[in-house]
Amino acid sequence: MSIKIAGVGKRFGNFIALEDIDLDIATGELTALLGPSGGGKSTLLRIIAGLEVADSGSVEIEGVNATGLPAQKRNVGFVFQHYAAFRHLTVAGNVGFGLKVRKRPRKEIAARVKELLELVHLSQFADRLPAQLSGGQRQRMALARALAIEPSVLLLDEPFGALDANVRKELRAWLRRLHDEVHVTTVFVTHDQEEALDVADQIVVINQGRIEQVGPPDELYDHPTSEFVMSFLGPVTTLNGHLVRPHDLEIETHPFENACPGRIERFNRVGFEVRLDVRLTEDEMAPPVLVTLTRAEATAKALDPGVPVWIRPVAGASQVRISAHLPTSAVSLDLSPADSVPQPTFT
Amino acid sequence: MHDTAAHRVTRWTLRLIVIGYLLFLVIWPVALVAAKTFSNGLAPVIDALRQPEVIFAFQLTLSAAFWAVVINTIFGVGISLLLVRYTFPGRRALNAMVDLPLSVSPVVVGLALVLVYSGRTGWLGQSLEQAGLQVIYAPPGIIMATAFVSLPLVIREVVPVLQEIGTEQEQAARSLGASGLQTFVRITLPAIKWGLIYGVVLSLARSLGEFGAVKIVSGGVAMRTQTATLLVEERYQQFGVVNSITAYAAAFILALIAVIALIIVTSLRPPRETSQ
Repeated sequence: MSIKIAGVGKRFGNFIALEDIDLDIATGELTALLGPSGGGKSTLLRIIAGLEVADSGSVEIEGVNATGLPAQKRNVGFVFQHYAAFRHLTVAGNVGFGLKVRKRPRKEIAARVKELLELVHLSQFADRLPAQLSGGQRQRMALARALAIEPSVLLLDEPFGALDANVRKELRAWLRRLHDEVHVTTVFVTHDQEEALDVADQIVVINQGRIEQVGPPDELYDHPTSEFVMSFLGPVTTLNGHLVRPHDLEIETHPFENACPGRIERFNRVGFEVRLDVRLTEDEMAPPVLVTLTRAEATAKALDPGVPVWIRPVAGASQVRISAHLPTSAVSLDLSPADSVPQPTFT
Repeated sequence: MHDTAAHRVTRWTLRLIVIGYLLFLVIWPVALVAAKTFSNGLAPVIDALRQPEVIFAFQLTLSAAFWAVVINTIFGVGISLLLVRYTFPGRRALNAMVDLPLSVSPVVVGLALVLVYSGRTGWLGQSLEQAGLQVIYAPPGIIMATAFVSLPLVIREVVPVLQEIGTEQEQAARSLGASGLQTFVRITLPAIKWGLIYGVVLSLARSLGEFGAVKIVSGGVAMRTQTATLLVEERYQQFGVVNSITAYAAAFILALIAVIALIIVTSLRPPRETSQ
């Protein structure tokens, strides 16, 4: 294990940022800390880096107890959301900073900086100031700067959060490739589930200061253990008192086994995808069920607004039973056919 | 916005008011000092400035100002860091205290220093004098009075810059392995450089011109504790053309040093960087 976190807790005044966190992060993996804003994921990352001190618990990095170590002695590479570029230093100066404060020979620093700038494709910008770079370039510079010290772990705090959508996608694909090349244990914080699913080997879902679930992206997506994880990792809709993914619903214009009758209330096409709101006949008061399918399927089945339809989850669909505190529909729908599904469910 | 006639009138009226205000309050009087100085040509001015009392007064002023600025730079940066980077009980009180020298009359400052450090009556001054250090009526007192009145200038320039740059660069430096001192020297100091230089120049200018507090703590004895501003006052009150030329010449030099320092800094200072 590269990072071992045991019993870590942190409060800010009365606010509980983290509560009794236990987490192991394996060497060489790319791990995402995923969760909503204010859920404590950044605090956890900063505690690993030594930029924040935990109230309780311990942090071990590569077998060394780092709990009491200051940031400068942890040998951790940290990348900030807003780059934290040293404004008065050139790109090369920024990247070489960590080696310079370690008093390495000038030649060695120059060689290492050159190598890293090539790695992040910034060689031609070596003598520019950070102010002359775009956001994506600055973040790549920050990454090279963090990698220069050959950190035992690389920590990234919402690294693509300040970038626009296209650059973000490009940069995260690049981060994945970079990680495959460099193989340094990497932890990054994000509130974007797509980013986590796309890039990470392991996802740690954090909400309200607690870990909800840990696992590889597919496992979390297919077998969420809670309503929160299910709804945070992707789109959900409610059918028969269960959360189910809108693309995991079968829809026909004739009755079929275990299917609930309803009527298409809204037909909305977004690019290649068709989104349907289906009002159930058995429960007019419940919010409509969202069904998504491809445009070709919708055309083949002659689906149109007002058409009567029957829907049910496909075999093997991931479902999570909604606990009692949620809407009245959950109670009435408990009597319906799909109740045969084991609960809480991952099929 | 489109330039309408009404806008133009407003703009020109405002400009005229500002220029008129500055003209009557600053530019004209200062220009008159220069005019008075050179009213009899250059030779009497040079003679006046060659008097040993004048040379001594400027040496004393410059050395007192130098030490006051050194002290204010060190403590100014320290206090600024304390005010911006740390929260502690009494921080707001300290913040208000920093402005005290700007609001209290320098004469009061002088009296206060005499009460504490006077060799005969001051409660700290007596023991200091026994240990061989005379403060009041001596250069240390002049330096203290000067440092006191110019204390806020460095702090008020540095604090906003520190607030603006935030702590992320410093945290990044720490995580890259820099010690506290390395972080300060390599990251914080370059970031606040221009604010600090501007504050230092302002405090230098203020220190050269300090009068009230220095007058009380120094005693103003020629060739011993008389600074340039005290010399100006003394000569101005005496009769005779030589004395009045000396007063104007010394005043002119004081103003000239301050103006040159400000011009140099303003022209060196890079135009304000854009964010990030």
